[in-house]
Amino acid sequence: MTDHPAEPVLEMTAVEHAYRRTVALNGVSLTVEPGEVVAVTGPSGCGKSTLLHAAAGIVRPHGGSVALLGHDLAALDEAARTRLRRSRVGIVLQFGQLVPDLSVLENVALPLLLDGHDRAAAYTAAEAWLDRAGLDADRDTPPAELSGGQGQRVAVARALVTGPAVIFADEPTGSMDTIGGEHLLELLLGAATNRGAAVVLVTHDNVVAAHADREVRLRDGRVEAEAVLR
Amino acid sequence: MATNEVVLALLRDGPAHGYDIKRDHDAWFPDTRPLAFGQVYATLGRLERSGLVEVLETRTEAGPERTVYALTERGEQQLSDWLAEPAGPAASSAEEIVRKTVAALRTGANAGEFLARQRAAHLRRMRELTDQPPDGDPAARLARDHLVAHLDADLRWLDLAVERVAAGRGTNDHFPATPEEANR
Repeated sequence: MTDHPAEPVLEMTAVEHAYRRTVALNGVSLTVEPGEVVAVTGPSGCGKSTLLHAAAGIVRPHGGSVALLGHDLAALDEAARTRLRRSRVGIVLQFGQLVPDLSVLENVALPLLLDGHDRAAAYTAAEAWLDRAGLDADRDTPPAELSGGQGQRVAVARALVTGPAVIFADEPTGSMDTIGGEHLLELLLGAATNRGAAVVLVTHDNVVAAHADREVRLRDGRVEAEAVLR
Repeated sequence: MATNEVVLALLRDGPAHGYDIKRDHDAWFPDTRPLAFGQVYATLGRLERSGLVEVLETRTEAGPERTVYALTERGEQQLSDWLAEPAGPAASSAEEIVRKTVAALRTGANAGEFLARQRAAHLRRMRELTDQPPDGDPAARLARDHLVAHLDADLRWLDLAVERVAAGRGTNDHFPATPEEANR
């Protein structure tokens, strides 16, 4: 058997994107390997969140290419991109983005149910991940009744429940106190250390960034500096 | 404190005598203790013996004798080596990091590269500290948290330096060598 070097999880090449006349990404290239933890940092408005959305296939960039888990995202239609995200990608967005009409337990079980998993198994897994994430609210609570920090715990549980190959997280500990944030960060990073998932963290918090193997710093939609931290 | 290297940086703009060096030093670091004349001359003597500065001339016009010093090639090299090396990222390095950053900006070193190197050194140290959390010992953890918080404060200050560099100039990477130049 030949040992092939693992294919990169993410390959972004010369990606460009703009909102009306505001340039958000101006030729960004980024490669992420399996098991690697990358922190994307930079001042407000530097393009961090847009980079994450383009990498995860949430926005279609206006220029350049994005290959996620070996798939050229531009070549996939919306349904195929959704399937790819649901089964192999975990996403934690800044404001949780939970489904408002579902309870927290249903929110976390949802990706498994949509992927055709057995209902009982999906709920058991969701319950276990909510425990690990340290959610101290009832499992039938609607998202609107959660605090910011509780919402982030649910969002992290939902991102990890499918055992994804790559996790994209935008300010995952933004609404949390230090100790709660550390716990959630450990949970996200555990996916890299225990299962070899790649983790891309967008953060303005230096302490969060210091957990990464590599820091990619953006300014004005470009990569300003890269530093290997490991 | 890296007085030797700071004096080399002060000579970077051209030959100067001890009085100029003291005056410029105090202008560069207005919030630190002024450099004593005795310290200036002791430092210059040390640097001369090491071949890092040389005596250009001794003026004896009206008033006291004034020796003009200049940076040698070795001195220039020593200065760039010092600036190329990030300050030791530790809580106690706060003073060195300020001196090094100000000297780098004032002497026209590539500010962007300098600040990126320093940021990376700090983040690496922070990562080392957060990589091995001292489990089960809250006091040890607090001591570590203290170091991390200091590194974080330095990092925020470095970010501010990047913003100031970006806001204070158009396209070049240069800070004025003196406050007077900045006000011209």
